[in-house]
Amino acid sequence: MEPVFGFREHAHTADWELEVWAPDLPSLLEQAARGMYVLSGVQLQAGSRQTCSITLHGEDAESLLVRFLSELLWLEQEEGLGFDDFSIAVDSQFNLQAELRGSAIVNLDKEIKAVTYHNLAVQTTPQGLRVTIVFDV
Amino acid sequence: MVTLQDLKRISDYEWEIPKSYREDMRVSVRLFATKRLLEEVVKDKSLEQAVNAATLPGLVGHVIVMPDMHQGYGFPIGAVAATRLPDGVISPGGIGYDINCGVRLMGSQISFDKARPHLDALATALNQNCPSGVGEKGAVRLSETELIAVCRQGSRWALKQGFASETDLRRTEESGCVDGADPDKVSVRARQRGRPQLGSLGAGNHFIEIDLIEQIFDTSAASVMGLEQGNLAVQIHCGSRGFGHQICTDYVEEFQGAVRRFGIHLVDRELVCAPLDSPEGQSYLAAMRCAANFAFANRQVLANSARKAFEQVLAGKVKDWHLHQVYDICHNMGKIEMHIIDGERMKVCVHRKGATRAFGPGSPELPDEYKPIGQPVLVPGSMGTASWVLVGTEASMLQSFGSTCHGAGRLMSRHEAKRNVRGEKLRQDLEADGIHIRAGSMAGLAEEAPQAYKDVDQVVMAVVGAGIARKVARLRPLAVIKG
Repeated sequence: MEPVFGFREHAHTADWELEVWAPDLPSLLEQAARGMYVLSGVQLQAGSRQTCSITLHGEDAESLLVRFLSELLWLEQEEGLGFDDFSIAVDSQFNLQAELRGSAIVNLDKEIKAVTYHNLAVQTTPQGLRVTIVFDV
Repeated sequence: MVTLQDLKRISDYEWEIPKSYREDMRVSVRLFATKRLLEEVVKDKSLEQAVNAATLPGLVGHVIVMPDMHQGYGFPIGAVAATRLPDGVISPGGIGYDINCGVRLMGSQISFDKARPHLDALATALNQNCPSGVGEKGAVRLSETELIAVCRQGSRWALKQGFASETDLRRTEESGCVDGADPDKVSVRARQRGRPQLGSLGAGNHFIEIDLIEQIFDTSAASVMGLEQGNLAVQIHCGSRGFGHQICTDYVEEFQGAVRRFGIHLVDRELVCAPLDSPEGQSYLAAMRCAANFAFANRQVLANSARKAFEQVLAGKVKDWHLHQVYDICHNMGKIEMHIIDGERMKVCVHRKGATRAFGPGSPELPDEYKPIGQPVLVPGSMGTASWVLVGTEASMLQSFGSTCHGAGRLMSRHEAKRNVRGEKLRQDLEADGIHIRAGSMAGLAEEAPQAYKDVDQVVMAVVGAGIARKVARLRPLAVIKG
């Protein structure tokens, strides 16, 4: 049986396609972040921890998802930071407040150019939410 | 999914998905491919993406897809679409995140026989002189003022800094600088990402390659380009790095709201767009041109670094180690051009995403020496297979908005390539074939394995068969540097 949350990669000719599922939107965002880090081969430094607070707004679940992951990419590529501990809250107007805990990235196998909106649709399922994200690499 | 049965044969190399295929299509889709390539193309979603692209407002002619097409996001890779001015749209997803990703070819008078003992040292020197790999910073760190100058001047900035010659600029698409760039339309984040990255290759499918000019098909065109059978040539494939990625990201976000304001219905949100004459459309064009100019300067700085590497290794060992510019082309760009469509001459915005401009003989945009032969077109293969030098034709002006293919085109997903190919084994196999490899990551090398790509010779056969390009020379890889 499929776990209540998770992610898996699907074949895509040129880029990366990640299917993500979770019971609710905050945990969907967290799973998407974890999946993105796994695809990129992100490894974090042991020891010294850092905390980062993020406030974002989306017009809908899809735009919030793209903006959240794009923010993580920015922190990865410009600040060299990755996260493995997420406290995320999203209200009904798609306002996000997140506290992210992580550390410096010591290894990154592959750079993601962008999180795309390609065929992006957060679907409601009997188990919660499900989405497939295409990353340009 | 589009199937082979949905395609109408126009010729052995040209096929059509008629407008009637789906009721929201505004124009038909024309694809250039051999029958063999078509059978591969229908296995992924590239044709469905081309049909989606054919729904955009203001399209003229057909949406064109090239034989190296493959599934992307929004537009497929290998697509060309033209929208009429002033009210047709511009779509950042129809150009791609790596704005002005492109290829530069430099020729030489260095014979393979003379260079053979030094190829390994050349590969090492190129690897050391040309920063590459994930997160690697560039050879030049720009101040904010210098970045603004690069945005406005492109390769002209590189010329002023001593990284370029006048010939380099003359033999670069747009002479290495697109007019109308406005750095004020570029976000703070994009500028922050761009400042440390000039003169860097990046990773993924970007590369620097030393090639042997193996075969000449058009002696007079090759002679004009300074390409001689048996001599070395160098290709550089890269784009606008994080600067361009961030600009595209910013505008795809901004346009999500614009499509609602303009009442544009989309089948895929990655196709977001805005009318060319709207403030949103104009802002994106101005920002995209900054990234285009950054990419021209980036390849110019890398070319300068490659020349230094050749000098370090070959000075005193061969008579002439100079690398001369053949041409520098863009394959991810939106450009305002004049074309004849249905007998009417009109100004259009040509989106090329994984497609190369291929202007025919006599085009005023070409440098004088190339006017008689047509624009050089550079078609890199995978790192173990051939690359091609072609020229644009009169037919490409009429059939494909002066465009042709851009490479071999992916066949296999990265995931599958990594599952089937071990990077270290691939490196050994390529070395055994006499190809010197320098790669930042073995996993990255596996993703780019030759078997992950289509047969570039088939791709070239299709565009030549269709008449939208002509063969000049075939190149064989001798050394490949990948990030």
